[in-house]
Amino acid sequence: MEEKSNKVVGTSPRRKDAKAKVMGKAKYTADIYESGMLVGKILRSEKAYAYIRNIDTSKAEALPGVEAIISYKDVPKIPYALQAHQFSLDHAGQEDHLIFTDKARFVGDEIGAVIAIDDLTAKKALSLIEVEYEELEPSLTIEAALASKGPWIHEGREHNILSDLWGYEDGDVDKAFTESAHVFEGTYDTGYQQHCHLENHVSYAYMDSEDRIVIVSSTQVPHVARRIVGQALGIPWGRIRVIKPYVGGGFGNKADVRLEPIVAAMTMAVGGRPVILDFSREECMIGTANRHAMRIKIKSGVSEDGKLKVLQGEVLSNAGGYASHGHSPTLVAAGKFVNMYETEAVKVENRTIYTNLPIAGAMRGYGTPQGVYALESHVEDIVTALGLDPITFRKDNFIKENFVNPANGMITHSNGVRECMDRGRELIDWDRKKELYKNQAGPKRRGLGMACFSYETGIYPIAKELGGARIVMNQDGSVQLMCGATEIGQGADTVLAQIAAEVLGIPFDMVHMISTQDTDITPFDFGAYASRQTYVTGLAVKRAANEVKEKILRFAADEIVDLPVYMLDLQDANIVNKHNGQVMAPLDKVALASFYQVDRAEPTTSDVINNAPVNAYSYGATFTEVEVNMRTGKIEILEIFNVHDSGKIINRQLAEGQVEGGMAQAIGQALSEELLMHPTTGKTLNNNLLDYKLPTIMDVPDLGVDFIETYEPTGPMGNKGLGEPPTMSPAPAIRNAVLDATGVAFNRIPMNPQRVFERLKQEGLL
Amino acid sequence: MFDVKKYYDVDNLGVALSLLSKEPHLIVIAGGTDVLIKMQHGWNQEETELLGINRIAELKGIRMLDNGDIEIGALCNFNQIEEDATLQENIIPLVEAAASIGGPQIRNVATIGGNICNGVTSADSASTLFAYDAKLKLSTERSERIVPISEFYMGPGKVALESGELLTHIIIPKESYEGYQGRYIKFARRKAMDIATLGVSVNYRIDEASGCFEDLRIGLGVAGPTPLRCIEAEEYARGTKVSEEGIAGIAGKAVLSSHARTSWRASKEYREHLIEELVAEALLSITDGVRGEEDE
Ligand SMILES: Cc1cc2nc3c(=O)[nH]c(=O)nc-3n(C[C@H](O)[C@H](O)[C@H](O)COP(=O)(O)OP(=O)(O)OC[C@H]3O[C@@H](n4cnc5c(N)ncnc54)[C@H](O)[C@@H]3O)c2cc1C
Repeated sequence: MEEKSNKVVGTSPRRKDAKAKVMGKAKYTADIYESGMLVGKILRSEKAYAYIRNIDTSKAEALPGVEAIISYKDVPKIPYALQAHQFSLDHAGQEDHLIFTDKARFVGDEIGAVIAIDDLTAKKALSLIEVEYEELEPSLTIEAALASKGPWIHEGREHNILSDLWGYEDGDVDKAFTESAHVFEGTYDTGYQQHCHLENHVSYAYMDSEDRIVIVSSTQVPHVARRIVGQALGIPWGRIRVIKPYVGGGFGNKADVRLEPIVAAMTMAVGGRPVILDFSREECMIGTANRHAMRIKIKSGVSEDGKLKVLQGEVLSNAGGYASHGHSPTLVAAGKFVNMYETEAVKVENRTIYTNLPIAGAMRGYGTPQGVYALESHVEDIVTALGLDPITFRKDNFIKENFVNPANGMITHSNGVRECMDRGRELIDWDRKKELYKNQAGPKRRGLGMACFSYETGIYPIAKELGGARIVMNQDGSVQLMCGATEIGQGADTVLAQIAAEVLGIPFDMVHMISTQDTDITPFDFGAYASRQTYVTGLAVKRAANEVKEKILRFAADEIVDLPVYMLDLQDANIVNKHNGQVMAPLDKVALASFYQVDRAEPTTSDVINNAPVNAYSYGATFTEVEVNMRTGKIEILEIFNVHDSGKIINRQLAEGQVEGGMAQAIGQALSEELLMHPTTGKTLNNNLLDYKLPTIMDVPDLGVDFIETYEPTGPMGNKGLGEPPTMSPAPAIRNAVLDATGVAFNRIPMNPQRVFERLKQEGLL
Repeated sequence: MFDVKKYYDVDNLGVALSLLSKEPHLIVIAGGTDVLIKMQHGWNQEETELLGINRIAELKGIRMLDNGDIEIGALCNFNQIEEDATLQENIIPLVEAAASIGGPQIRNVATIGGNICNGVTSADSASTLFAYDAKLKLSTERSERIVPISEFYMGPGKVALESGELLTHIIIPKESYEGYQGRYIKFARRKAMDIATLGVSVNYRIDEASGCFEDLRIGLGVAGPTPLRCIEAEEYARGTKVSEEGIAGIAGKAVLSSHARTSWRASKEYREHLIEELVAEALLSITDGVRGEEDE
């Protein structure tokens, strides 16, 4: 049942933070000044795999302006997990990280730090530190890691396998293959991708008068950061306070708790004086997380009449030197074998492997862009080989409403994927162009491609989904809304304020958003991750707003108006007769009375931690047209459309922004972005924005965006996830368009010009 | 954060040259878009002493000399070059090269003098200056000399600037552009903010009567450790028909002059393939009047 919509949800009011950001008034971590702030710099390993035998800091310590030098010798040896997985989840074994290590596991691994009066002194001191390494044979590919005779990168992880658990099998795979008329096999590779959030990682910390550690940080997960800092340092969690000011993007990279334990150890080393740790881009690109590079093998069986009967495969994932999110993105990639196409049988195995390379962690889509790239490329290979229509085949085989995921019991309540495909087909003028581009021979060839996806909004039932919201009504009827989950640039504050305004029946401007999260003050919430926030935190906001509304209506009924509470409603900041809309009293008058009425006092507030035992599948499709320069290997995207089913769209303008950003990120993944490491030393070669080819605005074509608005009954406003989905289908759609244009199937991304040249040459097309 | 030992800011050429003669270890800084990046990555800043020349009026401006040569001040930035009417009329490839550099902010500060004196093979203006046989005016406090650009590049990051010497002007001789046409193609992974995988500048004169190349000069960037000319191809071109076949022959020869090498940025094989393709593309735009799109 669709709920009757008011006036705020479904409109695009100005972002809550637009003015602050445009006027430069929004304060980010590095904008906040503490007097006497010291500067921390990390001492990083120059070797991919080595024991640190000694660190000679004598010269550096002698340098004037150096306040302290700390290393693995000075910090607790309590292993902790970098990632924001929930405490309740048993991730033993992913707790593989120390604040500083005496065993370097990749070039850039953190072995110590300098704290000095300024940036230059700290840098100079770093250059004066002498590190004695005992080098080990590094494993710089998954194959090398598996073949290694040890020592294992992490003790107890035999053959460097981080995990191979939770493979999945359903139905009779052998029988299904026997009964299939056609069997296909393919292997699909994706590269290391960097988040490249605009604001690099930055944190500072100091100790307050009570010796509590206060950390101001550019994080997606302040409450989780508090816990992990406590664990890493072995101090009670309540002695740590984490404050999150404005954040300039994270894309999952700031869902790792990476700087906070270090900066806490730094301030402790200098008696609680403030210390800032502000990564450069170069540092950010080697010392934080990346999208897992994966190799996905797929074998499929298709019946005579075009039914996808069986999927079998393996996901091999490169974790780099530490687990971070470890095996989870691998499992999410493997989930595509189950939650996209409904088959008779399915079998998938997963392995996540440690290597001596930079760390892989959470990145927008969390394994799904890799999984969807593999599966949607494979499906295209099937339809191409069998001469089937790619859209019809997908529509016939994709999961439908009421599908129950056999792996986790998750129910599909809404599903507009087929409508997304229809709309995309129309937007790009598919049928006409398909006809037009048959039999091309020239040096520039055009092609069309499409791909689709499904994706879970949150992480239930794998783990709990808590959302925190607190609402306080003021004397004029306006409210403060405080959420536990974080605005990191995605627009969550605005959308959550819209939900509050909608439920409360007050104008959007009467909801004052508290954008800063402070673990001492803000309600608990696991943070900004997955595509959960408008969905999970939205449910908390809705409940909190309903509570406040109920309270103020009860007060009005008791004290001000002559109607029972069940006859009252709030609309446009007025208490109205629910039956006929007649205004009974303005809200500001009632709110004021609630504060000053002599014989009655109670707060019109709510403080909600909402447990949301629900999850919802989002869907979408990408349609694109490309032109391949057969001479130079360059691929140009001429048109591209993403059509999403994310349920009800709460704010179209923000939703479009979200989709455009995700598409650009996926275009980079498909065509140009790849972190490269030296094949023998493991050193990152292109950790800067000149050599790491993040597309510029000129490299991204006009991005077409549309929505199929289904109604998701489990969501607060009929909505479901949209944050990550835009990154999921563009890469395979582009790959499939290149296949259409050239007849060549690229099973490795990014498809950069040299790679395209080499493949075209191999295929005799050059 | 920067912390240099000393910084002079001068607005007069004489003063700059005399300072440079007294303190030859001074590092000249014009737009600073190369110098500051080097300083951030490894230079010992406390030992660094800079001579800022950005406000020297004598080194600015683009003008046509009485003899028809075009003189470009070393301090002209790429925005000025892109928008200059004399260059737009006479030396299109330089305008195209200027437009391909970095992004608007960089083009507003990066100078052509700095581009050349930095000595890298990927400098976008260099291949065109090679194709137009540009001459460089180099001055010290006491002397002045003219050096052809082909003799200026000594090796990667090394140019023939002597102690106390400043590049003051770049001169494009009239004989290099009058009756000539040209085209610059920058092949890069991105359409902005990128370094060339290969830069190709062609400058040619066609004999209308015979439909043959009367003269052709090809300057390449990133085809070797320094920018270079394709002598074999140029010799072959003279008298060759401006036709698809003729052009294919020239493009094939262009590879002979190159010294491309494999790096993690691109393989030798791919760079050589690009030399052939892009030289052909630059020249083919003559035959069909259609311009390619690589430098958009
Ligand atoms: C973001 C970015 C993008 C870029 N994109 C491009 C690009 O697309 N293409 C490209 O070719 N380059 C590019 N560059 C490099 C750089 O901008 C150019 O090489 C620029 O022309 C350098 O000029 P400048 O005035 O900044 O030189 P500076 O950094 O001031 O100087 C460079 C060198 O030349 C010397 N020098 C400068 N002027 C003189 C003089 N008159 N006499 C003697 N010596 C002198 C200096 O001592 C120094 O060694 C880019 C740089 C950045 C930071």
